[in-house]
Amino acid sequence: MANLNVLRPGMLTTVQDLGRWGHQGSGVPVAGPMDAYSHRAANRLAGNDEGAAALEITLIGPELHANGDVTCAIAGAEFTVMVDDVAAPMHAAFRIPAGAVLRFRTRHAGARATLAAHGGFAVEALFGSRATSLISRIGPFGGRALAAGDVLPVGEAASSPGPSALRQPPPLALSLPRGGARLRVIPGPHESRFTSAAFDTLFSSRYSVTPSSNRMGYRLQGPPLAHARGADLLSDATPIGSLQVPASGQPILLMADRQTTGGYPRIGTVITADLAAAGQLAPGDWIEFVPCTRFAAIDALKRQRARLLGRPG
Amino acid sequence: MVRFEIVPAGDSAILVQLPERIDPDLNAWCIELQRLIASRLGGAVLDVVVGYCSVTAYFSPLATDPGWLESEVRDLADRLSDVRQEAGALIDVPVCYGGEYGPDLGEVARFCGCSDEDVIAIHGGITYRVYLVGFIPGFAYLAEVDPRIAAPRRAVPRTAVPPGSVAIAGGQTGIYPAATPGGWNIIGRTPLKPYDPARREPFLFRPGDRVRFHQISQEAFMHGGLAPMAQNLREWGQTP
Repeated sequence: MANLNVLRPGMLTTVQDLGRWGHQGSGVPVAGPMDAYSHRAANRLAGNDEGAAALEITLIGPELHANGDVTCAIAGAEFTVMVDDVAAPMHAAFRIPAGAVLRFRTRHAGARATLAAHGGFAVEALFGSRATSLISRIGPFGGRALAAGDVLPVGEAASSPGPSALRQPPPLALSLPRGGARLRVIPGPHESRFTSAAFDTLFSSRYSVTPSSNRMGYRLQGPPLAHARGADLLSDATPIGSLQVPASGQPILLMADRQTTGGYPRIGTVITADLAAAGQLAPGDWIEFVPCTRFAAIDALKRQRARLLGRPG
Repeated sequence: MVRFEIVPAGDSAILVQLPERIDPDLNAWCIELQRLIASRLGGAVLDVVVGYCSVTAYFSPLATDPGWLESEVRDLADRLSDVRQEAGALIDVPVCYGGEYGPDLGEVARFCGCSDEDVIAIHGGITYRVYLVGFIPGFAYLAEVDPRIAAPRRAVPRTAVPPGSVAIAGGQTGIYPAATPGGWNIIGRTPLKPYDPARREPFLFRPGDRVRFHQISQEAFMHGGLAPMAQNLREWGQTP
């Protein structure tokens, strides 16, 4: 079994799987990837189950030393990545030979990449998941981001992806936002807590992702959204993609590491199919919101699933 | 009959919304609905979360048809007659009030126009209900605080509230399980750990539990508030 040893951790690199479900009733956040589509794609390319633990890499990537042969794949944001002095492909399986160093260099597009290793990362699972929740410090390595000196054991698997994995059509790459994104939103669930003018404003304005944005959520800046009767709500559950609006009228887009409950009214929820694009945004990017029905949202998710399975259109 | 409506919360969750108020009977109904959804529809949902007066069911829309789920949940809810409140566990929380552990006790006393001792007596004089657990692991929302001491959230939150801090915000009181930013008024500290990953039962509180606070001296706090804590540890299966 090989290890990837962390020489340099990058800006914010965390182990994630598809999230820690089933314990939000105890206040345990789901966490998981900001771009779940690319997480699944990287795992498929590396010959893993889609939910295997992988690394989420943010803006500046890590340097990792392999002490054995490791097959990897990178999906999501586009980087120049070197294995010793050979460029690694994006969006395809490649080998890190024993003793070589994988180095993330220049980022070209997107904000977050997934690095998957064939066999997954055999790190500690808590409450049934290897996802890292930074806010609650639950996850591998004590629930923190990777640091220099950390050892990532690669899981037991065949030494290279099996023939069935190679026969599958490869996932289509996510179309990365360039400067901003249009995100489809299902209105509500607290529709009556907002004026109709608020909805007009939401769907006709451009918001920017402020520097006070992170895995918990993006604080957006733009035309304020008016409440119909105050900004306090008796706390309830907060799904990923929720647009919550405090008294300031400036919406907050809740993302992967959001808390389990919240006390601000929510004007809409970004559809699941558009969360991957949202997860590729960085401070300074813009967002425009577009209304969407649940029916259309699920249709979009089905089409995105087909792209993950390598079927275009 | 409990009035409710079921609305989508995005494409991967549905929200069962009750009239918005802090009401033990509505909350007990939510807890029972959450239990029924988890036990009868468990294979179709990823998580079910109770709020003060709501229940949210999470699902994967490619695996579960939302219309079907809404109709199943509506069926369960329609057949759920007014729930008699079943008492959850009664948990006794020792608190060292004031001083360095309760920096906002004086402010709360000024807010209510009474003495620190009055605030302590009023805070400790009620049996609170756990309405939901959220915000961070193990944080129980307790209500309702006597209006006389229901000081509002602070204008400027602290960047780090010490773990174990007992605090008030409006009609709610709670115990911070870990150091986090927080805007509630800190009136004391408890040696109990609402969340301890090393404990066999990591979470001390569940929705529907009842909580009473009682005052301990600083000396008792330094010794871990031992007697009542040991009692709670036994209840939660911690081996001595």
